[in-house]
Amino acid sequence: MRIMKFVLQKEFRQIFRDKTLLKMIFIMPIVQLLVLPMAANFTVKNINLSIVDHDHSSYSQKFISKIFSSGYFKLAGDNPSFLESYVLIENDKADIILEIPEGFERNLTRENGQKLFIAVNAINGVKALVGSGYLNSIIMDYNNDIRSQLLQPTTFNLMPTIEVVSSNWFNPNLTYYIFMVPGILVMLITLVGGNMTALNIVKEKEIGTIEQINVTPLKKYQFLLGKLIPFWIIGMIIFSIGLMIARFAYGIIPIGNIGLMYAFLAVYLFTILGFGLLISTYAETQQQAQSLAFFFLMIFNLMGGLFTPIDSMPEWAQWITRLIPISYFINVMRMVVLKGSAFSDIQYHLLIVFVMGIILNGWAVINYKKTS
Amino acid sequence: MKETVIKTENLTKRFGDFVAVDAISFEVYKGEIFGFLGANGAGKTTAMRMLSGLSKPTSGKAIVAGLDVFTQPEEIKKNIGYMSQRFSLYEDLTVIENIKFFGGIYGLSDKQIKQKSEELIEQLQFQNEIKKLVHDIPLGWKQKLALSVAILHEPKVVFLDEPTGGVDPATRKQFWEMIYQTADKGITVFVTTHYLDEAEYCNRISIMVDGRIDALGTPRELKEKFSATSMDEVFYKLARGAKRSDN
Amino acid sequence: MFRDRKTLLLLFGMPIVQILLFGFALTNEIKNSKIVIADFAKDIASQEIIGKIEASKNFNIEKSILSSQEIEAAFKKGEIKIAIVFPNNFNYDLRHSNKAQIQVIADASDPNTATTLTNYITSIVNDYQQDIWKTSKVPYRIMPELRMLYNPDLKGAPNFVPGVMAMVLLLVCVMMTSISIVREKELGTMEVLLVSPFKPFLVIVSKMIPYLFISLLNLVIILVLSVFLLEMPIRGSLILLVAESTLFIITALSLGLFISTVTDTQQAAMSISMLGMMLPTILLGGYMFPIENMPIALQVVSNIVPAKWFYIIVKAIMLKGLGFSYIWKETLVLAGMAMLFLLISLRNFKIRLA
Repeated sequence: MRIMKFVLQKEFRQIFRDKTLLKMIFIMPIVQLLVLPMAANFTVKNINLSIVDHDHSSYSQKFISKIFSSGYFKLAGDNPSFLESYVLIENDKADIILEIPEGFERNLTRENGQKLFIAVNAINGVKALVGSGYLNSIIMDYNNDIRSQLLQPTTFNLMPTIEVVSSNWFNPNLTYYIFMVPGILVMLITLVGGNMTALNIVKEKEIGTIEQINVTPLKKYQFLLGKLIPFWIIGMIIFSIGLMIARFAYGIIPIGNIGLMYAFLAVYLFTILGFGLLISTYAETQQQAQSLAFFFLMIFNLMGGLFTPIDSMPEWAQWITRLIPISYFINVMRMVVLKGSAFSDIQYHLLIVFVMGIILNGWAVINYKKTS
Repeated sequence: MKETVIKTENLTKRFGDFVAVDAISFEVYKGEIFGFLGANGAGKTTAMRMLSGLSKPTSGKAIVAGLDVFTQPEEIKKNIGYMSQRFSLYEDLTVIENIKFFGGIYGLSDKQIKQKSEELIEQLQFQNEIKKLVHDIPLGWKQKLALSVAILHEPKVVFLDEPTGGVDPATRKQFWEMIYQTADKGITVFVTTHYLDEAEYCNRISIMVDGRIDALGTPRELKEKFSATSMDEVFYKLARGAKRSDN
Repeated sequence: MFRDRKTLLLLFGMPIVQILLFGFALTNEIKNSKIVIADFAKDIASQEIIGKIEASKNFNIEKSILSSQEIEAAFKKGEIKIAIVFPNNFNYDLRHSNKAQIQVIADASDPNTATTLTNYITSIVNDYQQDIWKTSKVPYRIMPELRMLYNPDLKGAPNFVPGVMAMVLLLVCVMMTSISIVREKELGTMEVLLVSPFKPFLVIVSKMIPYLFISLLNLVIILVLSVFLLEMPIRGSLILLVAESTLFIITALSLGLFISTVTDTQQAAMSISMLGMMLPTILLGGYMFPIENMPIALQVVSNIVPAKWFYIIVKAIMLKGLGFSYIWKETLVLAGMAMLFLLISLRNFKIRLA
């Protein structure tokens, strides 16, 4: 145990001596956590709508003002022709074109039926769907207005209608950053922990100091613990800073038990540091270690369910996500912070991450022995 | 009677079909400076790695400081010092931090570390450098410091793997003075080098060619045996028959 | 560099795996969401609506839960996304008082999933309502005709593949250059080259050429995979696409060069090029989250993300089939960035030498 004191002292000295590294470890996560969650917003608003009005009637005017009073849409282009509107779409100045044909008012009042043409930039399919959905419901609304104007009130009421009453639990204001902050925090800890551990060990390999360590009585496990413990502690510190940022910058107060989050973090760090350790056993140079770490961390980042829902991925991709430790932690953080889930709700997540940790660390240690 | 510190019998290391070290047998005595010579690729480093417990021999026998390299490699590590051609100190730690760290992992007490580091700094005249990063001190100083750190725990043997690479002759001379002081303390010095003039400084030398020890004796004995005027010539005559070379 | 097989394998293997993995897996659609239904009515109307929900690919009906405690417990376990409650006498209310209610409870911890699923349910219910209306003739109907441009099937790939292309190319290029040049600095070989009679500019350019070559090869692989496996169209000019990509690669390499001039250790260079750039490139690139939704300050910040400009360019060429006249501004921005990074790097190298 006395030896560990010297080993840890050395590791901390080396980490704290490298100012660039230190900034990367502490400042970078803080800045990113302060800035990035606000960027992560799927709420579709400010849809740029270009209207081609061939009718210029009082009906079409009323219709148009109803659309813009909804707050979802912004007018794009100044009374354009259809072709001009199309160019607006090509330039990303408009998302949707609404074409009101000539005779809109006349046909609607006399012939009981009138078409409208809507063209949507559907490269982002979901945005297209939601945007056109808003437009559709405004059209239905407007349609009902006209009917109630033109028809006897009694006949109109006789049509059976189903009302969908929706309630949003756990996040009634649908605030997006409440959802993103815990996930991004986990991601940042993973990036720092996984990456730094891998590099730190390989650095000693590359410089050659590991040779010197190997001829000393220092045991392999002591050396490795010396590498892991500092980043385990740093992970805990970043997490705590992150929770404070969540509390004071975003006003997020976890509903669930904070101790439960720390317990999960403790296990998770063990696992993710084991991942870094494993990479370090396969790499000879920092360049290799970095490329390997980049490859996996990128997959963690994009397939861990942080940005896009795992449920929507193809079956085989969902299997891959089950092998990604971060997907469990992101999930657990969101559950505990937003829904107040308890130990019984997350026990399997914890178990899986722990088993992963045993496998990764075990694999790394075996590999480490073989290569040296 | 001379006390034997290192003894090998038919020590062999194979990597697949390649025989890196081919059944070498020799003895090294206490307080001796034993030179280990050979061209690059002759098997010097491999032999040294086996003796220091870093790599397990394929066959044969080797005892270092009374311990068996097969069964007690971890015990051996406590009783030897090691300094390699690539830098063995941490460049991003200061001089004193390096001393404390290595003292610590060799199990010295705080008191011993304090006493040892004071002695060492005094001896090397490092008073103004102790708080400097190793990165910032000259190469010759680093090497002296590395040797001092390698013998901080008073090992029975110290292995020096091409310790004087890349420095000027004057600094090399100073370094050899340190080696003599080390040997005077009763620490056996096992040194590899490719500077043949340095071979003359050793008590005894062995020359490895293609994994075997082709010559062993004092510098004078070897020169007589090969009827040469310098170690250069001895080495040249031996190396001519080598199959393996740098490339 | 080329002798190092491991590194080489990574340099080419990584982009291939990533483009395929992300190309197939990433979508912001909400599919296969697990839901529960509490049907207190168990009448013809509720059964018909449930039938419609079951038919949708968006939902997987898990089980029928009845009490609200059970719903909350299921939410906390994270098993289900929404719960739908049909009250007693649903059909009776609908037929006799012409008004009936369905309650949709969403786990809004993920607001996007919550709103999207609620919208889906609403439109399914609206559909059902239209079916009922058909039986009685409803007058004065406006019939919207919807046309989805560029991506009629509303797939995820057209949106994400250009983004993934931008991201993978950028990060790989930046990482490769920054690390390898800092490595030379660490080993001291860079100085030797810089004091040689060649102009520093030429030295730097010659350092970048192998990486340009590797990246172009990567680009070809990525394009082939995108077209043949991910079924992305190239509606515009292939030559223009390759030219723009080359410009983007040069921008990324210059950025890597720039990072290498401001750092001294490989570890620092790597941290900046990965820890510092990965998340911003994903979040501010425009393909994951629409930029127009962001606060103004972040919209401004997003302009310094090179991937954002390349994403616009790739979409324009591949999906919209547009020509250079539509993307000259974005091209100019990328070219400007490349020039800026190169000039600053050159100046930094000169300062080091002086």
